[in-house]
Parts: sequence; C-alpha cells; structure tokens
Amino acid sequence: MNALWTLEGVRYRHHGARRAAIDGVSLAIAPGRITALLGPNGAGKSTLLQLLLGTLAPAAGTITFRGRSLASWPRKEMARTIGVVPQGEAEPLFSVREIVAMGRYPHLGAWQREGPDDLAAVTRAMERCAVTEFADRWLSTLSGGERQRVRLARALAQEPSVLVLDEPTTSLDVRHEMTTFELLHELCADGATIVLATHNLNLAARYADDLLLLQHGRLVAHGAPELVVTEERISAAYEWPVSIVSHSGGAPQVVPCDSGEGGVPPLSSVPPVRMAR
Amino acid sequence: MTTLLATPNGADPLAVSPSPSRRVRLAWPLALRLIMLATLLAVALLAAVRLGAVSLTTRALLDATVGRGDPTTVTIVRELRLPRALQAALVGAALAVSGATFQALLRNPLAEPYILGVSSGAAAGAVLAVVTGWAVRFFWALPIAAFTGAFMSMLLVFRIAFRVGRALDTKVLLLSGVVVSSFLVAVIWLILTFADTESVRSAIFWMMGSHAGASWRSVAILGSCLVPSLLILFALARPLNLLAIGEPTAAYLGTSVERTKIVAFATATLLTAASVSVSGTIGFVGLVVPHAIRLLWGSDNRGLLPCSAIAGAAFLVGADTLARSLAGANELPIGIVTALVGVPCFVWLLRRPAAA
Repeated sequence: MNALWTLEGVRYRHHGARRAAIDGVSLAIAPGRITALLGPNGAGKSTLLQLLLGTLAPAAGTITFRGRSLASWPRKEMARTIGVVPQGEAEPLFSVREIVAMGRYPHLGAWQREGPDDLAAVTRAMERCAVTEFADRWLSTLSGGERQRVRLARALAQEPSVLVLDEPTTSLDVRHEMTTFELLHELCADGATIVLATHNLNLAARYADDLLLLQHGRLVAHGAPELVVTEERISAAYEWPVSIVSHSGGAPQVVPCDSGEGGVPPLSSVPPVRMAR
Repeated sequence: MTTLLATPNGADPLAVSPSPSRRVRLAWPLALRLIMLATLLAVALLAAVRLGAVSLTTRALLDATVGRGDPTTVTIVRELRLPRALQAALVGAALAVSGATFQALLRNPLAEPYILGVSSGAAAGAVLAVVTGWAVRFFWALPIAAFTGAFMSMLLVFRIAFRVGRALDTKVLLLSGVVVSSFLVAVIWLILTFADTESVRSAIFWMMGSHAGASWRSVAILGSCLVPSLLILFALARPLNLLAIGEPTAAYLGTSVERTKIVAFATATLLTAASVSVSGTIGFVGLVVPHAIRLLWGSDNRGLLPCSAIAGAAFLVGADTLARSLAGANELPIGIVTALVGVPCFVWLLRRPAAA
C-alpha cells in the first residue's frame, strides 16, 4: 500500500512552550480512506493537522506527501490537491457564492477571470453541500451549521483529491452532524481521501476506516475502530471512565460513565495498536 | 395556531426580527458601480475647478484650460485649481485603497492608513522641517522630511513586530504601530512646546491636512507612486480576500502568506506616505470610504479596491471644494470637512439593515 502522507519521528514545539505539542510521531496515512484524528483537548490534533498541511514546519523528523518532502510543495499546487475546512475564520461581508468561489483561486492566475469550468465547479460544490439557496446571501446571516456547509462547499470547489477537516461538526446539531459524516462517506466512496480531527468518538468509530489516537503529543494508537476504541484505551487517553457498547452496524460506541464508576488505567498499561506499514 | 395568528400578508406576528433571508446585498455588476462612481468623480472635479473665490462658467473654464481668455483666469485654472483638484483626487484614491488594504490585512474594522504610525512619523518629520526653518528655505524640504519620517516610522514598526514574533504577527504589528505612534506624537508636542507661535500654527495646519500646496510637480510625483501601487494591490485582490478571512485559510487556498503580507503592507504604506508628504494627514477618508463601499457591495477586493479608489477620489475632491469655499476668504482644514460630512453619511449606511 502506497501511503499518501508519511511521517517519521516528527516533533514540533510551539514558540515559547516548554512541552512539545507533537513528540516523536511516526505514521502513514493511506489514500482513499477516512482517517479520524482523536484525542483529548490539547493532545495536539490541530497541530498535527497543520504539520500535515505544511503551515507548520516540524522541528525534527520528516514529512512526505505523495513521496515528496512536504516543504517542496508550492502552496498553490498543494491547494489544488488538498481542500481544507479549518476552524475559526473571520467573517467579513462576503456572499456565499463568493466564499465558495474562493475554492477556485488556486486554479486561477492573478488577472485571470473564472471560466465556465470554474463556475460549474462552484455550482456543483454548492449543490452537493445544499447551500445553493443561500448563494446570494451574506455568509454572516447564515446559521452555524449552514456556514460550516459553505466552508465544506468551498473545499469541494477546489476539486481536491484529499480533504482535511478540523473538527467540522463541533457546534452542529445531530442532523447537520450526520449529513456531514454521510457526505464525507460518499466523497470517500468516490475516491477522495479524508482526514478529520474530531471529538465525536462514536461517529468517528462508525464512519472512519482508521483512527489515530493522540495524547500529550504522542501517537498512542493507530488502527481500525474496533482495535482502537476499547474501554481501557479510551478511558486512559481521555482520563475518564467509559464503557463500550456495540452499534447495530458493529462499530464500537463509547458511553461515558459517572466519575465513580470504573477506574482510569494509566495509558502505559494498555498495549499499543500500530498500523502495519 | 399558526393559521389563527397569520396576518394577511403571511408574516409571522411572533417574529421579533426581520427574516434574515431578506437581507440581500445590492448585486450591481462591477462595471455599473465603476461607471456610477466615475461619474460622481467627474462631477466633483468639475465643481472643484469651477467653484471658489472666483466662480467660472463651464465655457470660461474650457477656454482657460486650453489657454484662451483672461490671463488671470487661465492662471487660476491651470496653476491653482486643476493641480489642486487632481492632487485631492490622487490623495483620496491613495488613502482609500491603502485603508481597504490595511483593513483586509489586519482583519480589524478600525484599521486605517495611519494605524501603523505612518502619519505620526510624517508629522514628526514635517514639524521638524517647520521648526528648523528648512521648510521656508527649501520648497521641497517639507514633503521630503514628511516622507522620510513616514518611512522611518514604518521601518521601526516592522522591525519591532519582526523581533517579537518569528513571523509577521498581525496583532503584534498593530500594537507596535500604536506604541510607535504614541511615542512620535509625544515627540511632536515636545518639539512644539519649545517652538515659536508661527511654527506651531503652520505645523498644526499641516497636521490637519490641506491641499493648498498642490502643484503639477506634486501631482506628477503622487501619480507616479499611485499607478504602480494600485496595479500591485489590484493584482493581490484575491489573496487579500483570503487574508481578510484568516491567514491559515489563505495558506490552504494557495497564498504565500508572508510574502503577500509584506508586499501589501509596503505598498499600502508607500501610498500613505506619499499622500501625507504632499497634503498632510487627512483623516477619515481611509477609514470610512472602504467601509462604505463594503457595506454597499461587500468585501470582495476585486471590486472593493477600484471602487474605493474612485469613491475616495470623489469624496476628497468634494471635501476640498467645500473646505475652500465654505468659510469665504478663510480656508478650513480639510480634515474638519471630511469628518463633518463623512460621519453623518456613514452613520446612515451603518443603520441600513443590509449592514447586519
């Protein structure tokens, strides 16, 4: 299997921080699959995504994307390959169509106008994310869920083969969260590679092919949901007692217990899961 | 219950705010916006050249422009009013585009051309030139001192910002602009405390801004700065759109963030420094004109930058005409006019529902 991303001994420390945010992470991300990045707050999920996207450079270790060192990818070329749905953006007065059309910027020169292909890609992306009816509204007049769908549409308008999403469903209601995961599932079935960071363990276990579990900047498990989502490992990583039940489809589902029920084992006592490479 | 309470036109009487779907923008094509604003600018320029201590008919104006008719009128039109109106237009365009660029780069609605200390630097240079008497002895001493001051203060601000963070952090840049500016203002007042009354008077007049010193030479210099700067910023319109949303987003959509920021900051600062060195610090244009255009037609810099340029030009030409004709023989500082006229217009725009 040819990995899309390969990380070897990657370390990153934020400016002025004492502890490394990412500490000796080695992994390979496979193409054509959904990979979910899990871990408690501050585990380093967003930092790892930024390292994968080249907006942070590792202090040590190497990152390659499609066999080429990540640093040698020009930003514009990368933007034609990887679509990103980031967290926390400012919202100046742009219409929904203008925001989605920004997905075409990496395909256009400075003075080049959008051609018919660009307009078609924008229309398709808006339809796929069900935001066509808002096309001429200001983004800031939409609800949180609608805005998130607009950002997803912008990433799809890039026509990328890889999608990276940073907590795409945080603050969304059940319906919007499920539509997002189902859409990601469809995109993956169409051949896209999807990497997302999320706090929703249960939907990650249901929809993702591979799970990456981070704690304190270290990769503590990497594998199929049924291998990664176990009572001991999740309790240990999140420092809260949980029990695991089975979803009707077979995926393991996490049910948090009361603080008194069950113990939290130290993570070192849990045997590691590693992807065969 | 819905049927019982429904009003004849179908509106829900329990709704407390208008439905957001009604807040649509003015979807005018860009060409139409530009033609409308250009017409406004043409009218403002015509009024600026016709009105003043001696009002001229359009006929007399056309004759004077080509050098026919009364020699005094020819001099008034060719040597005074035309360069002055054109300088006002160029300064208005430069400040409005510079303001729009700073607002996108700093993602801060309060950003304006002077936010990084350019105006205080220019004022410090100019005050020094006035107090030392160079400004009286050499015609170009004042603009050169102002331009040097503006550029030095910008270099200082960027140096501080680069030293604190490793990359160019917008928040650090904003703060270093504010502190450098405060420091220079203190220096200015320190110098003025020991200066004679006449120097203080001319320094203050300069700090309030005026186009009284306009000449064909200042128009030529300003124009030769303005044209390439505008082309650079128009070419950066898409990256500026992305930077207005966020620096990570801009990188993910293919922008070389640091390079774009440095080029855009330097160009916008050059525009401001050149304007300030010929006309003093004219406030308000750079803050409000881009905001007004944005409230009307949105933040897309491909439309915002050219529209702001023309609207800023028209606004400042109009304000300058008022400044020299409102108080009879006396001339008002143009900064007073821009604020007195601009604020009510802007408040009206802010209160429109589309601003939500």
